Amino acid sequence: MKQLRFREALREAMIEEMERDDRVFLMGEEVGHYNGAYKVSEGLLDKFGEKRVIDTPIAEGGFAGIGVGAAIVGLRPIVEFMTWNFSAIAFDQILNGAAKVRQMSGGQLNCPIVFRGPNASARQVGSQHSHAMEHFYATIPGLKVVAPAFPADAKGLLKAAIRDDNPVLVMESETLYSIKGDVPESLDTIPLGVANVVREGSDCTIVAYSRMTHVAIEAADALAKENVHVEIVDLRSLRPLDEETILASVHKTHRCVVVHEGWPYGGVGAEIADRVQRSAFDDLDAPILRVSQLDVPMPYNAKLEQRVMPQASRVEAAVKRVMQRGAS
Amino acid sequence: MNDASNDRSELAQLYRQMFLIRRLEEEAARAYATGKIGGFLHLYIGQEAVAVGACAALAKDDYVVTTYRDHGIAIAKGMSPRVLMAELYGKATGCSQGLGGSMHLFDKDHHMLGGHAIVGGHIPLASGVAFASKYRGDKRVTLCFFGDGAVSIQGFHEGVSLASLWKLPIVFICENNEYSMGTPLSRTVSVQDISLKATGYGIPHDRFFATDVLEVKEHIAQAVKRARDESMPSLVEVRTYRFRGHSMSDPGKYRTAQELEEHKKRDPLALGKQKLETQMDKAKLDALEAEVEREIEDAIKFADESPEPEIGILEQTTYDGPFAS
Repeated sequence: MKQLRFREALREAMIEEMERDDRVFLMGEEVGHYNGAYKVSEGLLDKFGEKRVIDTPIAEGGFAGIGVGAAIVGLRPIVEFMTWNFSAIAFDQILNGAAKVRQMSGGQLNCPIVFRGPNASARQVGSQHSHAMEHFYATIPGLKVVAPAFPADAKGLLKAAIRDDNPVLVMESETLYSIKGDVPESLDTIPLGVANVVREGSDCTIVAYSRMTHVAIEAADALAKENVHVEIVDLRSLRPLDEETILASVHKTHRCVVVHEGWPYGGVGAEIADRVQRSAFDDLDAPILRVSQLDVPMPYNAKLEQRVMPQASRVEAAVKRVMQRGAS
Repeated sequence: MNDASNDRSELAQLYRQMFLIRRLEEEAARAYATGKIGGFLHLYIGQEAVAVGACAALAKDDYVVTTYRDHGIAIAKGMSPRVLMAELYGKATGCSQGLGGSMHLFDKDHHMLGGHAIVGGHIPLASGVAFASKYRGDKRVTLCFFGDGAVSIQGFHEGVSLASLWKLPIVFICENNEYSMGTPLSRTVSVQDISLKATGYGIPHDRFFATDVLEVKEHIAQAVKRARDESMPSLVEVRTYRFRGHSMSDPGKYRTAQELEEHKKRDPLALGKQKLETQMDKAKLDALEAEVEREIEDAIKFADESPEPEIGILEQTTYDGPFAS
């Protein structure tokens, strides 16, 4: 077992996969000469050279499309977005290229590509740099979307993503890059579509992913002091979604709160709420609640930003509400 | 100069392809009118010399990527009329199993990589295919076709700019048919000579009228050679004209009948035939055309009699491996 920071875990995954398969290459803004905008790719240019670690101009639509084109003829690109916010420029390439080329070619072509980068809020970076983009992408058939919360998962899922024959989007978090975690020496891939119960409890299920898993843990610690024991399902993967693990937990706790960044209208939380009510209606003692970003663009002001982002206190309040509903 | 007999046989071959595309699309238009074909159908009629001449300049393993006006390029790259017509009919025997339709023709075996229907979106993708060739050092060349309507959008500029930056083995072919759907070029671009856009990216350019299919081949062959030997991309503007509307729903009211008639006088198919008549005896030419007619007839019959795709193929063509929901 070793301790790695989140960014080091991602880097190890890329190094191991690039050593394993020479079709794998990394492309994006600042990934090489600058050693990565967030230092995820630090040292990769020196290690693998310019052929496989490729600095791009600021042209997301262009280099995302280059990745898709290279993938359909057999390479396995890793395309880094400096942040997922900028993928809005490349949305057409992901939606109309990566996600559709297999189906519209009648299964003749695959698109084994990974798009990755930091997602959702950072700190006071304003409305255009704080989007939780996973909600847009998880809705698209043809794509897979993962959002790890811990270094080991980041490594194992990225390795699995690189080996997958479909397009996989890896949602990281700027605010998680420096966190440390145990990573087993023997860790290889972690299968996509398998959630992890990171805390067991009997009173309420909290479903979360990425940074919100940490917020859920903070809320759970506070609730435990009040003798409320929550179970936390860390999704890790949003598409495919591990419905089975969520339902098994709800079957046990009879209550469910979903926590994610991004807006409340639609999205991953709405999808989970729908699936749980459809498949576990009789298990539920209370309505499913969602804790999300408030329904406004992200403000710059530090205090307002915190109000808009999901906080542990809001998660605690939501859990208490569903607890009361069941008890009365 | 070409040896006369080689020239004759090559022209006959290219004329055959152009005639096949023309006749196939005329029949497709007929099938559309009777409801056998649905959705969008963008005919290439009038532009055949571009696809046929350009693809004649390629080696077998070279790639093509194009827009939704893709029937001609698919045939020129080697797709069989049977699987093309079956795709238009939405049948399981079509090149994309009936899931792509007219705008999404793909043929992996012939390195025909679509058929893309977001204007300009496929240009970076084509650069990516060329990127893969350079990465592997396989010496293949990619031809990327698009219309004059695509040169104002981001995908064109980023795709060409990156190909130029990384010296990718690709030829960008702008088929300038003078109309971006129904709006003339003068209303959509500030500089009418589209090939000049290459200068901003520091790559060679070429510009000519596609009236003679062999001339098209010669021009494109130069750009293909630059791509293959020097890994130098080029932008080639091929001036052409479509005789039919943008799609089947377009009556073409934005242009005069006279303008259309003037262009029809320069129909590369008719001109190709005139030239061929001086080199080939009539009986042989008639036989060539009759053979094409039989091929078209067979393709229609095949498409008509083929089964529809089953719903079961949808999930397996969406993901490789288990469905991810």
